[in-house]
Amino acid sequence: MLKKLLVANRGEIAVRVIRAAKDLGIKTVAVHSAADATSLHVLLADEAVNIGPPAAKKSYLNIDAIIEAAKSTGCDSIHPGYGFLAENAAFSDAVTAAGLVFVGPSGDAIRLMGDKVSARSAAAAAGVPVVPGSAGRVEGIEAARHILIDTGFPVMIKAAAGGGGRGIRIANNLAEFEQAFPQAEAEALAAFGDGGLYMEKVIGKARHIEVQVLADGKHAIHCYERECSLQRRRQKVWEEAPSRALSDELREELCGSAVALAKAVGYSGAGTVEYLYDDEANRFYFIEMNTRIQVEHPVTEAITGIDLVAEMLRIAGGEPLRIRQKDVSVRGHAIEVRINAEDPSKDFAPFPGTVGDLRLPGGPGVRFDSMLYPGYQVPPFYDSLLAKLIVHGETREAAITRLVRALGELKIDGMKTTKPLFLALAADPSVQAGDVHTRWLEGWLNDNAAKLAD
Amino acid sequence: MAQILSPLPGTFYRSPSPGQPAYKNDGDSVAVGDVIGLIEVMKSFHEVKSEVAGSNIRFSADNEEPVMAGAPLADLD
Repeated sequence: MLKKLLVANRGEIAVRVIRAAKDLGIKTVAVHSAADATSLHVLLADEAVNIGPPAAKKSYLNIDAIIEAAKSTGCDSIHPGYGFLAENAAFSDAVTAAGLVFVGPSGDAIRLMGDKVSARSAAAAAGVPVVPGSAGRVEGIEAARHILIDTGFPVMIKAAAGGGGRGIRIANNLAEFEQAFPQAEAEALAAFGDGGLYMEKVIGKARHIEVQVLADGKHAIHCYERECSLQRRRQKVWEEAPSRALSDELREELCGSAVALAKAVGYSGAGTVEYLYDDEANRFYFIEMNTRIQVEHPVTEAITGIDLVAEMLRIAGGEPLRIRQKDVSVRGHAIEVRINAEDPSKDFAPFPGTVGDLRLPGGPGVRFDSMLYPGYQVPPFYDSLLAKLIVHGETREAAITRLVRALGELKIDGMKTTKPLFLALAADPSVQAGDVHTRWLEGWLNDNAAKLAD
Repeated sequence: MAQILSPLPGTFYRSPSPGQPAYKNDGDSVAVGDVIGLIEVMKSFHEVKSEVAGSNIRFSADNEEPVMAGAPLADLD
């Protein structure tokens, strides 16, 4: 078992990790920037070390300062949280090279999953469905026509040397394709000096469904799925488990594929395999694997009763995975909403400020993970996540009713937050029916901005 | 003599992105509405537009400096 843990993060996730460590009897060390000296994670940890100025790259991203802090305080391990250095392979390697335990996978596993092409290959090799398309570059229109058998239409043609959305064309039928492919080739050659192209099926309306895995390097299990289709600018705002879109049969297939991938790459720790799920075609496709604990992990904890962060710490401490697949079962339905310091009535403008009176929701089936306390000054230098409200109920309908009840109890004076967004979403018939996809929320926001004033 | 103040708390940047030239250099003239820098607040970027005109701008805030709302960024003649 680990004895003393440095938490290389801030905000609610640093608080979450410190709590899990203390529950296991592990001593904790917080690190903080000069702007976070009065942050809750600093107040809760057994010790704290100032690792630099407010800018993240000089503090929370400063690998040398973090490892030095761990050594000077006698830590044997480092938990990276999410964001910052959590998926930085060089950090994992540096922690290990310093003789400390990195609470997460090896640098090699992070590198393998961090590269889009190698992750896709690893997934395909493990039998996980990937978005149909070319395995690599397509040479010539003759080869390209063969790939159309897998992709169908619409199909996306991308310059291999492109990036940031440049050099992308979409063909909706064969006639468009015959015209677009040579054009894309010529354009790529002119723009990038490389006429190489990729092809990929365009998945229109899709849900975002992801599978939580736990592994110890030898064994791997899943803790079922989460659905996170409600997104704004590719940021999840509302997450839930289980997904109402999956049949039991498809759920077993999806979750089984995530375990197969984790086993194939010798994964260790907590990880999430993300998929797009096409409702109409009843098919799912691998997008990527996140090699860390995720923001939305509490919904999985709510329905399975597993403390995922504690399990990460046990695995990192050398214990074999102690939960067997047959012991993991789902009870009820959980929803998490992200309370951000943003004004939803003003296009989600960030709203750093000072917390005044603070009333937190409670009672049965309610969990509130945050770093807030009355008088806390929210610094402007980091992301806007203030808190996560997690509700659990016997059914999805009961969870939504409980969400509205808990949001009604929540009061954060002095701040604009995304609370009005969630009250409006909870009252929306499409959300109530679970009839959403990854682009649904942005359209809804265009029509409903007026409902979001405080 | 006029001052340009930061409209928001956050991190002040002198140029649109790293490696690009600064919006304004010390000594430049400034018209109303000219962008003189960026403030990064919670990972979103906001242009700082001057509400005053003047000449010979002198920056008092450094690139990447943390600033509070209302903090002076530059002086103008």
